Amino acid sequence: MKFTIITNNTKVSQKYNNKYCVKFMENDYLDVLIFVRNKIHEGHELLTHPLSGSVKPNETPYKSVIISKTKEKLDTKSLAIIEESIITAKKFISIKTPKKWNNNILEDFMEIDFELLNSGIESMTQFNK
Amino acid sequence: MRLELGKVFINDVKFGDSTKVENGVLYVNKDEMLKEIGGDENIKNIDIELAHPGEEIRITPVKDVIEPRVKVEGQGEIFPGVLGKVDTVGSGRTHALKNVAVVTAGKIVGFQEGIIDMTGPGAEYTPFSKLHNIVVVADPVDGLKQYEHEAAVRMIGFKAAKYLGEVARNIEPDEVKVYETEPILESVKKYPDLPKVGYVYMLQTQGLLHDTYVYGVDAKKIVPTILYPTEMMDGAIVSGNCVSACDKNPTYVHLNNGIIEDLYEKHGKEINFVGVIATNETVYLADKERSSNWTAKLAKFLGLDGAIVSQEGFGNPDTDLIMNCKKIENEGIKTVIVTDEYAGRDGSSQSLADADPKADAVVTNGNANETIILPPMKKIIGTTDYVDKVAGGFDGSLRKDGSIEVEIQAITGATNETGFGKLSSKGF
Repeated sequence: MKFTIITNNTKVSQKYNNKYCVKFMENDYLDVLIFVRNKIHEGHELLTHPLSGSVKPNETPYKSVIISKTKEKLDTKSLAIIEESIITAKKFISIKTPKKWNNNILEDFMEIDFELLNSGIESMTQFNK
Repeated sequence: MRLELGKVFINDVKFGDSTKVENGVLYVNKDEMLKEIGGDENIKNIDIELAHPGEEIRITPVKDVIEPRVKVEGQGEIFPGVLGKVDTVGSGRTHALKNVAVVTAGKIVGFQEGIIDMTGPGAEYTPFSKLHNIVVVADPVDGLKQYEHEAAVRMIGFKAAKYLGEVARNIEPDEVKVYETEPILESVKKYPDLPKVGYVYMLQTQGLLHDTYVYGVDAKKIVPTILYPTEMMDGAIVSGNCVSACDKNPTYVHLNNGIIEDLYEKHGKEINFVGVIATNETVYLADKERSSNWTAKLAKFLGLDGAIVSQEGFGNPDTDLIMNCKKIENEGIKTVIVTDEYAGRDGSSQSLADADPKADAVVTNGNANETIILPPMKKIIGTTDYVDKVAGGFDGSLRKDGSIEVEIQAITGATNETGFGKLSSKGF
């Protein structure tokens, strides 16, 4: 399956840049979701859940989401999920904004985001390496 | 499948020369227990401490909570596929040490949550403050990866529960409760006029620190499957999940699932509780579609009239919850969902990250964004170094006097989505 990873996590970008199509963004969590929403409006399909993980949108600064590489007709299911996810992320960020973490914590957040994405990729590529 | 669950009520836990139960007191030989649960090359140091209800103790960060049990008669062992062989469990007789739990604690990632206060306002939010806790704190060797660390602590917790459970093997229990589920054709014949109800048990399965195991199988790799409810009581499902303290299901909850208990209470009287459909909560949306298609298919196959669906976690699983609800309802089966809320600190925001008009019967277990001030405690088991980083914590959460201002999502079991905690709501 051909897909694009949208991420602001350097670990994801470094690990997958040579293997898959990766769009790396130096922006925050919410910007990644908004970028994904815009791509869905262009006709890309959402492939992984934007709120993967129990780590809340106002804790982790990292987010990686996978969308289809090809564009088709607007997928309304994808649109509903990304819109709900943006509402949820905004709700959390309005309660408190993510703090400045030290490097050890940032690495842990990167690792979790990477591993959760990885569990999606493993399943997606089971028969399409 | 018929299981006799023998309950041995414990009213105190002390360290002693040998591990035994005497006059309702559990004595623990610390050295022997350490020898039994130690030996993992990834663990540098293990210690065991006791925390009793009412003591000024804060345990944090908590990973898992596990009830000690032992299989006395019938096939298999406790925690099949994890500690025991993969024999099908859930029949015969099992003994449980009640009012007692093994709690595994210690940092796995820097932002990990999980607070159990044994007294004060925080204790009211966690069901585990009412137990005599045998707390195992395990420190990893330097440079250990999070996956290996979580796996090592997970196994230490199960070994500890098995070791302690063993003392109940030859004790006559204070109470024996019998649970029985017949094969579906027989139960329908036995209760032809009762509505058939099933329980759809959603398990957290997204990946690192978000995993659950069924008979030792990583549940993100399963398709939904049918279990007898008594299988859970023998540890068929165990937690490998150590984030989202308020609404993860510790292994203790899998063993003592309140929805299963309540459905059994009504079984043969108001309903025919035919079984459990275990399903997962994945990251890849196609997996969600497949799993929810299968829960609906199995619910229909079982001929259910009603289904109860419980969730584990927040955000991504909201989508699984709604997919399950919608698809099961579309089969003509009345469905109730059991969840919790992230509705903002004043409770006025949208609670879930997904919704559907078919989700018209909802039980909530509280608002995880609600804040609380936890007063300082005399003793900390584990460390509060990470309290500023836990879910629901924030800069300045940990105050100079040792008190903590935090959202209740940091408290283990506070908004448990099987109704295991104390919060709920009334009205419709």
